Amino acid sequence: MNLLLLAAEGATSVPLAVSDGANWFLEHAWIVPLLPALSFLVILFFGKRMPRKGAEVGIAAVGLAFLFSVVAGIAWIDHRDNFTLPEESGEHALVIDGSSESVDQIVLAAEETPAEGDHAEEGAAGEAHGEAESPTIAVHSSTTWFHNGDVAFDAGILVDGLSVVLLFVVTLVSLLVHIYSTDYVAGDRRYTHFFAFLSLFTASMLFFVLSDNILQMIVGWELVGVCSWVLIGHWWEEKPNSDAAMKAFLTNRVGDVGLLVGVIILFWAAGHGSFDILTINSNIISGGVSHTALVVAAMSLTTAVMSKSGQFVLHTWLPDAMAGPTPVSALIHAATMVVAGIYMVARLYPVFFEGMQIGGSSINLLATIGAITLVFGGLLAFVQNDIKKVLAYSTISQLGYMAMALGVGAWTAAVFHLFTHAFFKACLFLGAGSASHAVHSFDMKTDMGGLRKWMPHTYRTFVVASLALAGVFPLAGFWSKDEILAGTGGWGLFGGTGGNGAYTFHLVMGTVGAALTGAYMTRVIYLTFFGEFRGHGTPHESGRRIIVPLYILAAFALFAGLFNLPAGFITGNHSSWQERFGHYVEPVAGYFPPISHATPSYSLAIASSLVALAGIGYAYWYYFVKVDRLARATGESLTELPDGFVSKSSVARAGHTLLVEKYYLDHLYTDVIAGTTKGAIARGANWVNQNVIDGTVDLAGRTSVKAGQLTYDKIDQAVVDGTVNGSGRISDALGGIFRRVQTGKVQQYAALLFAGAAILGGILVVVLSL
Amino acid sequence: MLLNQFLLLAALLFCIGVYGVLVRRNGMLVLMSVELILNSVNINLVAFGALTDDVGGEVFALFTIAVAAAEVGVGLAIVLLMYRNRRSIDLSQADLLKG
Repeated sequence: MNLLLLAAEGATSVPLAVSDGANWFLEHAWIVPLLPALSFLVILFFGKRMPRKGAEVGIAAVGLAFLFSVVAGIAWIDHRDNFTLPEESGEHALVIDGSSESVDQIVLAAEETPAEGDHAEEGAAGEAHGEAESPTIAVHSSTTWFHNGDVAFDAGILVDGLSVVLLFVVTLVSLLVHIYSTDYVAGDRRYTHFFAFLSLFTASMLFFVLSDNILQMIVGWELVGVCSWVLIGHWWEEKPNSDAAMKAFLTNRVGDVGLLVGVIILFWAAGHGSFDILTINSNIISGGVSHTALVVAAMSLTTAVMSKSGQFVLHTWLPDAMAGPTPVSALIHAATMVVAGIYMVARLYPVFFEGMQIGGSSINLLATIGAITLVFGGLLAFVQNDIKKVLAYSTISQLGYMAMALGVGAWTAAVFHLFTHAFFKACLFLGAGSASHAVHSFDMKTDMGGLRKWMPHTYRTFVVASLALAGVFPLAGFWSKDEILAGTGGWGLFGGTGGNGAYTFHLVMGTVGAALTGAYMTRVIYLTFFGEFRGHGTPHESGRRIIVPLYILAAFALFAGLFNLPAGFITGNHSSWQERFGHYVEPVAGYFPPISHATPSYSLAIASSLVALAGIGYAYWYYFVKVDRLARATGESLTELPDGFVSKSSVARAGHTLLVEKYYLDHLYTDVIAGTTKGAIARGANWVNQNVIDGTVDLAGRTSVKAGQLTYDKIDQAVVDGTVNGSGRISDALGGIFRRVQTGKVQQYAALLFAGAAILGGILVVVLSL
Repeated sequence: MLLNQFLLLAALLFCIGVYGVLVRRNGMLVLMSVELILNSVNINLVAFGALTDDVGGEVFALFTIAVAAAEVGVGLAIVLLMYRNRRSIDLSQADLLKG
């Protein structure tokens, strides 16, 4: 079976790849974040005076950024194609022969730059150091921001397949969300402000994905966090919205601590005093980094992933974040910002690969958190009546897939799932927004139902995106999800093995998650689009500015999976169409760990599809058959069976309550953790305030008074005054002596004058005669 | 040249002048004694000028005479005012600046 093999023995001999001045668009990718950043300022200062209140600036800037990203993507493909490894063989595979001679490691250019002052290296890092001939792949361009001691703080861009994919996804979804928002938030009281922050968010996210050092990543990470906070609390006049914004922000702070710790450890242990990602990654891969430090760094960074990417136990902010406007949920809380954690892991993959020993089939933290999240998050989606909250839990679950994929070593699968998920989940969110726009509510049970009659476009796109999410062949989600499941390497039964080890537990969890996904999306579709309309008034289809983005995203949901057909799926002349995504995105360089790829398996694909279809089928039977039949019989618009198993079985009822209460995590955080600690902390703080701080202040005050008194008595009165008075008295006494000379008699003065002259003359004579 | 004689004459005149300035109580006589001192200096200037064959000495003597004339003008005015106020030009009584 043809397979992209970057085998462990091969990858270490690949030279470290740094830019040799590849392509103008790749070298100047910093323009992409710059455009929306400028748009943010323009909208903020001049937006309200513009004919369309600033929206046109945002759309133009993001549109240009999107075009730039597309061109950069094409440039990247060209760059990647022209990049040849010394031992490349095969049509569509990079098979690196383990016995080939090893190519000398080329010192990373970035390591040498800090010593040379603050010169700007416009994309010619390699050239500047006489390495123009080395094989290059990542385009790295950086400039020194400032020096502090020996440490150079760089600002720069690192463009490789991963960042190009993110550029494309972020700008595309952002552009569609901008267009969608012109209708969705039309007439809003902070319309201009909304667009300004959409621009700022886009700029921050692009800045984040282009970071070439971990310090810059923190900046981008926090910037997207701030934008998320602002946009969740867009309608802050209502308390739940501002509470949700605060919850999102504070929960993320928990993870940010982990990020800071991880970055500091990496700076010292892996970067040896450098923040540069390429340096850190290649140091880790070449083995010069303490394993313990990497374990701690990987754990800390995992905490950051848990908060930012909504992984289990720190995911609770994400459903609440649905308080923000729907376009924001689509852009920030589905397609882009929440994948920042996934992106960070993918970018710093050697840290996790070595720190968690992903290559060794061990149960590691990241994969396990992902597996738990994808199942437990999916379960929570069943009890939500708010359509956006269902989608939020679905997002959590899908992010769990990505985290798990990274944890088991299926790097490409994770990034590919990130790619496809962005489209269909954004489509679902925007579709949910379109539906709620019509019925003025998000509650599926009280205000929706039967919408397919009124909203055919929304219905069609929503169903397509749902099928893609559920992983139905041949839509986008099927390919990416199947790749993740294959990547777990746990399918040993029918030959589909390989990968970085046999993660059977994770395979099982991923398969269960597939069934859950199918089931809860079927439930959403039934409750939203089927049955009788339960809301008020007559819903109507949304306008073109909402429909067109939906169709574009639905098209991607249909076809995005074809970018990465598994190896062996097509044979013959067109076999080079396979694995395009992995081929162009996966770094082939010394800054990427030697991961091994799993063998795709028909049997696994069929089995997981059957499981997903079983989930869909069960939900279909429950809603479309039983509930629907009962509803027709009774003439009511039902959303659940009145005698379902929740009412029959006490175990099911307990489970249901557990889900409704969201595993009591919010209670744990607010009541148990915050509740028990805040009183104690407050008392402790009060004690510290009264005794320590006040004591210190009082002591300082008393000491000052004493010191002042002492100074007055001993120094001011004795020394200073003594000096002044003494000099007065001396002058007085001297005056008393000398006044006697002043007789007032002119002739006596004249006598003194002549005497003095005579003495001076005498001295002169004596001196001259010597 | 007869330099020593001139110098001796000048020294004699200088000493007489100093004596007059220090001892005489009459303001007029003191002024006159000052003139003696100045003229003793003039003799020195002229004598040295002649010795070195330099006309500067004589020129300087002329300057001194002009300055002495001005000085006498001021001095006589002081003595005159003193007389008007006190009906006396006895310098021993003019000790208002006694400290």
